[in-house]
Amino acid sequence: MARFLVRRLAGAVLLLVITSMVTFAIFFIVPRLAGQTVDQLAAQYVGKDPSQAEIEATKEKLGLDKPIIVQYGQFIKGIVAGREFSFGPDTEYCPPPCFGYSFKTQRPVWPDLVDRVPVTFSLAIGAAVIWLITGVSIGVLSALKKGTIFDRFAMVIALAGVSLPIFFTGLLSLALFRPTGVNYVPFTSDPLGWASNLLLPWITLAFLYAALYARLTRAGMLETMTEDYIRTARAKGLRERKVVTRHALRATLTPILTIFGLDIGLLLGGAVLTESTFSLPGIGRYAIDAINNQDLPQVLGVTMLAAFFVVVASLVVDLLYAVADPRVRL
Amino acid sequence: MTSPLDAPSTAVAQPEAVLQGIGRKAIEGRSLGQIAWARLKRDKLAIAGGVVVILLIAMALLAPLLTKITGGSPTEFNQDLIDPTFSKPKGDGIFAGFSWDHPLGVEPRSGRDVFSRILYGAQISLLIGFLATAVSVVLGTVAGVIAGYFGGWVDTFLSRTMDVFLAFPLLLFALALAGVIPDSAFGLSGNSLRVAVLVFIIGFFNWPYIGRIIRGQTLALREREFVDAARSLGASGRWVIFRELLPNLFAPILVYSTLMIPTNILFEAALSFLGVGIRPPTPSWGKMLADAVPFYSVAPMYMVVPGLAIFITVMAFNLLGDGLRDALDPRAR
Repeated sequence: MARFLVRRLAGAVLLLVITSMVTFAIFFIVPRLAGQTVDQLAAQYVGKDPSQAEIEATKEKLGLDKPIIVQYGQFIKGIVAGREFSFGPDTEYCPPPCFGYSFKTQRPVWPDLVDRVPVTFSLAIGAAVIWLITGVSIGVLSALKKGTIFDRFAMVIALAGVSLPIFFTGLLSLALFRPTGVNYVPFTSDPLGWASNLLLPWITLAFLYAALYARLTRAGMLETMTEDYIRTARAKGLRERKVVTRHALRATLTPILTIFGLDIGLLLGGAVLTESTFSLPGIGRYAIDAINNQDLPQVLGVTMLAAFFVVVASLVVDLLYAVADPRVRL
Repeated sequence: MTSPLDAPSTAVAQPEAVLQGIGRKAIEGRSLGQIAWARLKRDKLAIAGGVVVILLIAMALLAPLLTKITGGSPTEFNQDLIDPTFSKPKGDGIFAGFSWDHPLGVEPRSGRDVFSRILYGAQISLLIGFLATAVSVVLGTVAGVIAGYFGGWVDTFLSRTMDVFLAFPLLLFALALAGVIPDSAFGLSGNSLRVAVLVFIIGFFNWPYIGRIIRGQTLALREREFVDAARSLGASGRWVIFRELLPNLFAPILVYSTLMIPTNILFEAALSFLGVGIRPPTPSWGKMLADAVPFYSVAPMYMVVPGLAIFITVMAFNLLGDGLRDALDPRAR
């Protein structure tokens, strides 16, 4: 158990390090390969028609004049131990985890990012509850009633569901239901308003995933139902209900749990498309704005946070596996 | 180059030959391809999907001809068709702006013909969908076969790499990457550069999906008797990979690339929707949907048309891919 945890944690840290390196490379090496100079990079953060002096000052302020390795080292040091930034004569201490200051707004990245977390969490968790319940139960019913009208109908709807882009279903639902408010209200201040304003995004997002999960559950269930141990369970006289719930469903759900862990982890790191369709001020929205502004500290912060959620989610799933599947020994 | 492996293929045993005299007709041996085709023909949904796919490709290729018939142009402004106060198409009802000249209406504000924009958008969607899939399939097959065939540390390394890819916030990386590429680079510029960048990004981020499947299939094939036979006849690793493994991997490659095309079309639409795809004025379905956002209540059809175009295309490829999978892999039904 302890060895497993240590190995998994090491893997998690490695994934975070790779994420930070790739993001760094995207912003510093790719534009260089594409023929952009450091001056042009710095010029983006100055404003229209920058003078050479302004560019030099920006380069120094943002640390763009230092070698990439040095910049990367400072970035990592900031996350682990915090770092000091000098704004002209003043020096400001940025406590860990420090992702630096936005190039554009000059505000510290981390507190802004943390403010967005509740929005994305509300969206992802609410939708996950809906899609798990509906998707899995439709998948199981479809598999048990294979070939019937219900099965065919459900599977065509499910195939349509995975073929519809979320930004189209989102717009459609907005046009059809014309909600009075899709503004986010914090749960703590108004639980009812929180739920009613998030209902449409929840259902839209859940529809897409429910379709996917129904297909996965049906395929998994059909495969498990042909296993020898199902025949054994029936042969020893177990009631069909018990065969399905105790034996078949349990084996079907374990691989789905892995996929669920990855999906929820990716969603928590920003439901980019859903958030931009419904203009929800979550992490995904933040990511889009950061990328459109080419604001490196913001982008680094948001991708690191997203990777962190994926890592944590898959870690939790691995631990749950040990509970759900008796064959797994940690 | 002659090889000992050529010999057995010419002398195939024909146990059915004994039965020839008894039956009314000679019993024909059927190849795997013929069996699969017979199964596919019975699957009406898959055939419908296939027909729609062919129609879509034809429409995209014939876009210049088809737009000549209606007389529309994807970039020409028709300000006279637009209500100046609400910047929506003139006329009442949700089909305002629809006419024989503009069968799918006109764009709010600019009055550009939607029908021709959809057709030219199909070119972009299909082009990127196919090319990106080709990139993924080549990368995924190479990595999957190498990992599955050689095993050991090579397999561990490649499998870990695929795991890492699957756990990445890929959409964020794709967005960031598409955002930092300047307007001209690598000797390309304008939309040919954008297409190349999108193909590379989408293809590069999706290869692990196909890589994992091919690795699994290779692992299973490697243990089969015909591979052992080839090896004991002295076949080289290259021979085994190209002559024994790859032909047997053709079916899964075909199935999963058909299923990957719609995913990649959705990916391209998403990137265009978020503003890092093809640059205007070249039409793209994702960008059309993004443009429709401010108008969804006054001109709903402008949002519905590109959305349906994406939906129909993706659904058709999915139906065809599902049908192909059922036809080629009898276990997964």
